[in-house]
Amino acid sequence: MRRNSKFLIPILGLTLAILWLAPFYLMFVNSFKTKKEIFTDTLKLPDIFTFDNYKEAFIELDFLRTLFNSVLITTLAVVIIIIFSSMAAYALSRKGGKMSIFIFFLFVAAMLIPFQSVMIPLIAIFGKVDMLNKAGLIFMYLGFGASLSIFLYHGALSGISKSLDEAATIDGASRFQVFWYIIFPMLKPITVTVAILNIIWIWNDYLLPSLVINKTGNETIPLKMFFFFGEYTKQWHLALAGLAIAIIPVIIVYFFLQKHIIKGIAEGSVK
Amino acid sequence: MRKGNLWYWVFLAPVLIALVAVVILPLMYGIYYSFTDWNGIYTTSFVGLDHYKALIGDEEFRNSLWFTTKFTVVSVFLINFFGLSLALLVTQKFKGNHVLRTIFFMPNLIGGLILGFIWQFIFIKVFSSIGDILGVEGLKVWLATEETGFWALAILMSWQLAGYVMVIYISFLEGVPRELLESAQIDGANSFQRFFHVTLPLVMPAFTVSLFLTLSNSFKLYDQNLSLTGGGPYNSTQMVAMEIYNTAFVENAMAFAQAKAVIFFLIVATISLTQVYINKKREVEL
Repeated sequence: MRRNSKFLIPILGLTLAILWLAPFYLMFVNSFKTKKEIFTDTLKLPDIFTFDNYKEAFIELDFLRTLFNSVLITTLAVVIIIIFSSMAAYALSRKGGKMSIFIFFLFVAAMLIPFQSVMIPLIAIFGKVDMLNKAGLIFMYLGFGASLSIFLYHGALSGISKSLDEAATIDGASRFQVFWYIIFPMLKPITVTVAILNIIWIWNDYLLPSLVINKTGNETIPLKMFFFFGEYTKQWHLALAGLAIAIIPVIIVYFFLQKHIIKGIAEGSVK
Repeated sequence: MRKGNLWYWVFLAPVLIALVAVVILPLMYGIYYSFTDWNGIYTTSFVGLDHYKALIGDEEFRNSLWFTTKFTVVSVFLINFFGLSLALLVTQKFKGNHVLRTIFFMPNLIGGLILGFIWQFIFIKVFSSIGDILGVEGLKVWLATEETGFWALAILMSWQLAGYVMVIYISFLEGVPRELLESAQIDGANSFQRFFHVTLPLVMPAFTVSLFLTLSNSFKLYDQNLSLTGGGPYNSTQMVAMEIYNTAFVENAMAFAQAKAVIFFLIVATISLTQVYINKKREVEL
């Protein structure tokens, strides 16, 4: 029995891993086939691996520009979420009192509101003030991302003694200095978690940018992928190459950072 | 006193302004608009509960609500079943268990829209090829009927999110003290008894977290729905989030869509709060 399970468990694991990777495998394999070959031989390896689909999809997706938009929007949004959420959480946790409890509650309660419930007036309001653009989008990410980030920072801050703040204040440091030079560096582990959770969400977000970004050339990867797919539904060879182009950067990053990412997810969801 | 408070408000201002502008104001405006004839730009009259009354007779909304509910029940069960199973598997000692974690988690990095497109290819082309080989006609028309579309969505979600909740279950499983399991073993408990009487009670808090996550994720599903089935055939696999979007931006019935959005908010909030309340109570008892 014991000896049997020693072999059974790795075999079960391997089987499940193959099952889990099968969709990616099928996507990659077929992305190297001609349109005709996908139609006739979906399950086989391609006769000749062709990169033509990739060349065409790369151009059609305007990939460098699209990738740049995604990187720019995600980076800026995550940086401002980190800066402002950590500052807010610091203020709430250090000052205490009824006001802080109320504001903290407000942020936590906001997590219960589904995006679709505020989406229509949100777009109307931002449209009126001419903010349906990249800057408006980044600002919106701050509003939607702040809740969870403040919640996580708040938890971490309760583990950092107030006597540190007091000692620094006595030495003449201002609140800004205390926070940025002493407290924020100590929050590094939770900052990694906050960054990972927000990057994954914002990088992959489709609905919000689809409502906010209406200028050609400003599209993020999911947005461009949707247009691309709409036009190429019947052209699987291009569509699959496009999908592969979109996910290869993510897989490369994941390969290098997987330990941090999985740890960050665990910490973010358990707290 | 005043001066002492200044830093506090300066630190809070950016996120408070963003929260008010992005969540609180739109929510309040949204509730107000749902009682008017708002068309997205202006309102001419107050219509009271008319939109809400009309909702009762709106078959499309009812169908989407029912489909979403069914889907949520099934996918929450499947995701947690697979998630816990995967977690139990990769916390065994064997070579490669960390590589497996990496693999099972991977879909969560890629995003619902893209995953939906990948699976659309699997269901349309790969399944029909397999159907050809096996001579099973049913495999050729996945995504073409409501029932198979339902299962297509459930398969996609289980495949994607099982790895996510696996990570949550792992962190609790790793917290189960070895000595406790060993002493249970010495006392003669078999592996099933050890799992149900030692491990399971200790990972109960993981259920709270992952049920909350999977419930709200399944109920609010949009991206995967859009890219996998597009709501088709004939809107039969259209979930609530998509129904609201289409009412607003395709049919251009803004105030009516907003009434649906308010109901959606109430349902999601009620489900989330009830679920957390029940689970918290269970945890305390244990």
